[in-house]
Amino acid sequence: MSVNLTLLIVMGVLYACGIYLILERSLTRVLLGLMLLANATNLLILATGGYAGLAPLFTKATDPRDYNDPLPQALILTSIVISFAVTAFMLGIIYRTWALARQDDIQDDAEDRRVAKTPSFDAEDDSVVPEETSEFPVTAVTEAAKEGGPQ
Amino acid sequence: MNIASLAPLAVVLPILGAALTFALNRNPLAQRAVSIALLSLTLLLECGLLASAWTTGTASVTIGGWQPPFGVVMVVDQFSSLMLVVSSVISLAVLIYATGQGMADGDREAPVSIFHPTYLILVAGVSNAFLTGDLFNLYVGFEILLTASYVLMTLGGTGPRIRAGVTYVVVSVVSSVLFLIAIAMIYGATGTITMADLAIKLAELDPGTQNLLHVMLLVAFGIKAAVFPLSFWLPDSYPTAPAPVTAVFAGLLTKVGVYAMVRTETLLFPGDTLNTPLMVVALLTMLVGILGAIAQSDIKRLLSFTLVSHIGYMVFGLAMSSVAGLAAAVFYVAHHITVQTSLFLVTGLIERRGGSSSMDRLGGLAKLSPLLALLFFIPAMNLAGIPPFSGFLGKLGLLQAGIALGTPLAITLVVGGVVTSLLTLLAIARVWNRAFWRKPEDADYPAPILKDTTAVGLLPRTMVGPTAALVVFGVALTVFAGPLFQLAGNSAEQMLDRTAYIHSVLGGNAQVPGGGK
Repeated sequence: MSVNLTLLIVMGVLYACGIYLILERSLTRVLLGLMLLANATNLLILATGGYAGLAPLFTKATDPRDYNDPLPQALILTSIVISFAVTAFMLGIIYRTWALARQDDIQDDAEDRRVAKTPSFDAEDDSVVPEETSEFPVTAVTEAAKEGGPQ
Repeated sequence: MNIASLAPLAVVLPILGAALTFALNRNPLAQRAVSIALLSLTLLLECGLLASAWTTGTASVTIGGWQPPFGVVMVVDQFSSLMLVVSSVISLAVLIYATGQGMADGDREAPVSIFHPTYLILVAGVSNAFLTGDLFNLYVGFEILLTASYVLMTLGGTGPRIRAGVTYVVVSVVSSVLFLIAIAMIYGATGTITMADLAIKLAELDPGTQNLLHVMLLVAFGIKAAVFPLSFWLPDSYPTAPAPVTAVFAGLLTKVGVYAMVRTETLLFPGDTLNTPLMVVALLTMLVGILGAIAQSDIKRLLSFTLVSHIGYMVFGLAMSSVAGLAAAVFYVAHHITVQTSLFLVTGLIERRGGSSSMDRLGGLAKLSPLLALLFFIPAMNLAGIPPFSGFLGKLGLLQAGIALGTPLAITLVVGGVVTSLLTLLAIARVWNRAFWRKPEDADYPAPILKDTTAVGLLPRTMVGPTAALVVFGVALTVFAGPLFQLAGNSAEQMLDRTAYIHSVLGGNAQVPGGGK
């Protein structure tokens, strides 16, 4: 099985650009990155089908090895449809982010930041409770002695 | 006719329901009736599938008459049908709960016209992922449930939900792309994507190639299952969604990832090549997750972290690749789906009754609503693994299997598992002490609703009912732990043996590599 070198190089470039873009904080660039990754993967699937052959329509005279493998193309079709839907949804979300916050950047989780800043000392859990835990508390004994109780 | 040949209906019925409810979007009453009726029907069918897998063994259905390895197959074995039944029980309970919430709130926040179709699509995706015997169809199942989950996660389009939704969508898409790359490379290496056929052909590959494909699949599924270094997205995104949505996500979505990991480890790449890294990852997932949970002050976030932490138990059971370990993991998955979902549903009720899910604002709920306290207490103790609940039995099974394995790493994991269980108890006890036991005045910023003694009707029966039913179902897992463990043991044996699975798909003449262990 021989593969097309140009396709492989294009695929590599798409992956590299896609990974670079999804590491950005701007949502539009992240979306572009995801689209590049999806298309690079489609090329990868195409490459697994081997060399370009005849359309897989059966005729008796053709050697079976001359046909193209149709399965990867069916897979690509499915994955194109899926990435199309996800891209449309992402665009919707990005527009909504813009409408709500007037910015295109990914935002921090406020609660996460708050928890990270919380001191390790928690008043309710960790403060020393001023309470006698002993069965014969010192204060009680001394008070009893003052009153001339049982000694 | 065998009932197993009706297996595709478990996917078709919810999709049909989605279409119907979408058409009925102007009539909320009809929508509710249709979605609840169709999900109940699906549940009945899946109980039939479980019974058939129990009595007559593994069966497969070829879709459209294309014989494997060319067409898509669906495989009904004991593990997949058990997962189907448990997932349908909780999705039905959550659906009724969400309907109740919608009726009580007049559907202000969650537009019902979108909720019902999307929810049914989610259920269809989950069923498809559990049933399929084809790697690409597994990807499609994942995409169906993920796309539905994107919509449910950002329902209403409020600021926090959109913010959480962005992270969630991007992370999920990246994991799906990784999965797709793995599928492409597997197809390039073997020329097939039918899982039973792959089980035979992957074994013939070069060990290096095998490891590469194996790791790619595990990373893709690990993101979906929220295994430690890949779990950062979960506590960030789950807590902001509406309560019933978080509940069904917590119960089902990560478990679909775990299910896919189990299939990868047992069917596609049997043996113990990656057991050591998996065990290390399981230990880290348990400890890091639970330490994160202790730091939280919001109940939903705390529960999300315990969810991550307890995924570690399942990975531990899986990484032992022994019948005892795998059986305990299967049992634990069924237990954890139920308990985690009930806890999130109860948190939704706490939010209604107490006006908040933050522990800084809650207090005195045990006095205000003893029923709520009871509904929280039972699954909470179940999660922490207090005897005699199913959480204890599942953990006991895992620990016994770990001791039986006896390697130093397994013993470390046993210790880690016990520590995690105790820390879970600590985290849950903090919620209990603060939200239920202390006086409302002692809270840092008490919610005004807690002091209003005349507030009634905050807990509609349609919401309490399904929650209580799910709590009872969780207790039933304890009562019927014997048969359930037997079922888990059978499915573990079948999965490690692989003969039944491969023969049911490819016919009785297929050679099982290694002759089946």
